[in-house]
Amino acid sequence: MAAELIRLKDLVMEFGNERVLDSMNLTIEDKKFLTLLGPSGCGKTTTLRIIAGFQKPTSGEVYFDGQPITDLPPYKRPVNTVFQNYALFPHLDVYDNIAFGLRISKLPEKEIDRRVGEMLASVSLKGFENRPIASLSGGQQQRVAIARALVNRPKVLLLDEPLGALDLRLRMDMQNELKQIQQEVGITFVYVTHDQEEALSMSDTVVVMDAGKILQIGTPEDIYNEPANAFVADFIGESNILDGIMLEDYKVKMFGQEFTCVDKGFEKNEPVDVVIRPEDIDIVAADAGHLCGTVTNVIFKGVHYDTIVDFKGFKWLIQTTDYYPVDSYIGIQLNPDDIHVMKRSEYSGLYGDYSTFSDEYDDITNADESADEE
Amino acid sequence: MKRRWLTAPYIIWMLLFTIVPLCIVIYFAFTDSVTGAFTFANIVSILDYASIFLRSIWLSVAATLLCLIIGYPVAYTIAQCKPRTQRILQMLIMLPMCLSFLLRTLAWVALLEDTGILNSLITSIGLKPLPLIRNSGAVILGMVYNYLPYMILPLYSSISKINPKLMEAAADLGCSRRQSFTKVILPLSMPGIASGITMVFVPAVSTFYISQKLGSPGTIMVGDVIESQFKGAYNPNLGAAMSLILLILIFICIGLSNRVTKQHNNEEVTL
Repeated sequence: MAAELIRLKDLVMEFGNERVLDSMNLTIEDKKFLTLLGPSGCGKTTTLRIIAGFQKPTSGEVYFDGQPITDLPPYKRPVNTVFQNYALFPHLDVYDNIAFGLRISKLPEKEIDRRVGEMLASVSLKGFENRPIASLSGGQQQRVAIARALVNRPKVLLLDEPLGALDLRLRMDMQNELKQIQQEVGITFVYVTHDQEEALSMSDTVVVMDAGKILQIGTPEDIYNEPANAFVADFIGESNILDGIMLEDYKVKMFGQEFTCVDKGFEKNEPVDVVIRPEDIDIVAADAGHLCGTVTNVIFKGVHYDTIVDFKGFKWLIQTTDYYPVDSYIGIQLNPDDIHVMKRSEYSGLYGDYSTFSDEYDDITNADESADEE
Repeated sequence: MKRRWLTAPYIIWMLLFTIVPLCIVIYFAFTDSVTGAFTFANIVSILDYASIFLRSIWLSVAATLLCLIIGYPVAYTIAQCKPRTQRILQMLIMLPMCLSFLLRTLAWVALLEDTGILNSLITSIGLKPLPLIRNSGAVILGMVYNYLPYMILPLYSSISKINPKLMEAAADLGCSRRQSFTKVILPLSMPGIASGITMVFVPAVSTFYISQKLGSPGTIMVGDVIESQFKGAYNPNLGAAMSLILLILIFICIGLSNRVTKQHNNEEVTL
């Protein structure tokens, strides 16, 4: 168990009548990569800005190493920020941007030169010292922003959607690079993003937020495999979320059939949400399946096919490497560990049905089809 | 670059009313007033007026600096307001420009005169009248009053373009508020400062009406002398020579300011 570095206690943030953070409690451990993940407006950036000191919470405290720092101005905090869109100084070149913080803390020029040189090397920008910021590509500006923050050797690096402005390929490269940098410098990273893939691939800990509340804290595997509620299940990856009834431990009923599962600890006959990940479903011949349905749509995604299957009016997303044409009648098989049972929450029924909720997966149905369904 | 001919009216206008007159000015500046022969005499005799040139420069430099000192905090404050408030304040700043320049200057005369509004107030409470008018101070005051908007507007436009995130970035990297200002805001508003200085200094150095109304014979400026060469003394050749020198002076000033602006624009493209 790593040591606690930052603790947020009962943070409340209100802008006018709008409550952006609702008594948030979070402990951030030292030397870990923690990601605040959620849709826009969930309060993740506000949380980051409160840690950086740009915003004062309406109530609640921020502790750093056990000391309250809620009233400390940003320039006195041992944290540095990589801003969304970088906020590099346009009147300074690469070298002077990176040296900015060191010059403010009045380090000897020799020391500054050494540290900026090291930093330039570690973000692979050697030879760019005297380039003006405007002449750099997005990825290069990104590196300067990271170097400008890290050169001050903060105890925590705060990153506010730093990869948002980059194209997909560059984003992937930077994800690896960021994780590597974090392990090399061995400090805490607090990373804000709405991109679940980014969160899963870089973090030690993922904090899923919505509407100013923390919904789940866990390792990427936990969050993906054991989502706490329908929102998390839907936000992290693709999910089919079904109504079920927990008959007893390890037994859940859905679609009028009983299935064996690995979950327990529910009331007898408790209504629950059942998550089935599209990649866990095996398609078999109709007579061998637990459930049978008709394929209504198939989209080729490269690695797999997204197959939409209609089971008694409820459409599932199934990801398979085998091709099943539209209108074929197929069966599916579910193994006990493919079924994940969750407690009902305020998010129940809102997500996970691919016949009505197609906004974030809008290429599964074309316009006439969705019109028919409504 | 098609449709270049659309600019023809402007080019003809410029040719007729700027380029041709400029040539005439140059011609007059280098010819004798009586014989019309080529001469440097006009240019040389400007040396007699060197003290007036210097005075014009110092009065307008003083006015420009005052405008900058007064204008910068105003521009900075406006740039921090809500967009709606910004528009209203901008309008208010421009409001005096809607009134006639002559009227505004005459209003100051009425205020500052020995028997004017301010001195009447002072004497009515039993104090001695103050020498408010006919001195350099009054001339500088008149120039500051008239040209202040020309300082504030370019400053405002360059400060409001600065990404507010840069202030946060500076604070994040250890800057106190004052350091954020000197290390980030001030250098980034240099183009505004340069163009504000040009916009105030250029009209101020060539002004003539303000110094006549608010100044004394001791505060006479180049503009006044040029005017008198055409109207009173009737030596248009000397007047033309003086205009030419003034023009060169102004060109140098604009050139310097452009250099500052350009340097910054090169560095300030994206974001």
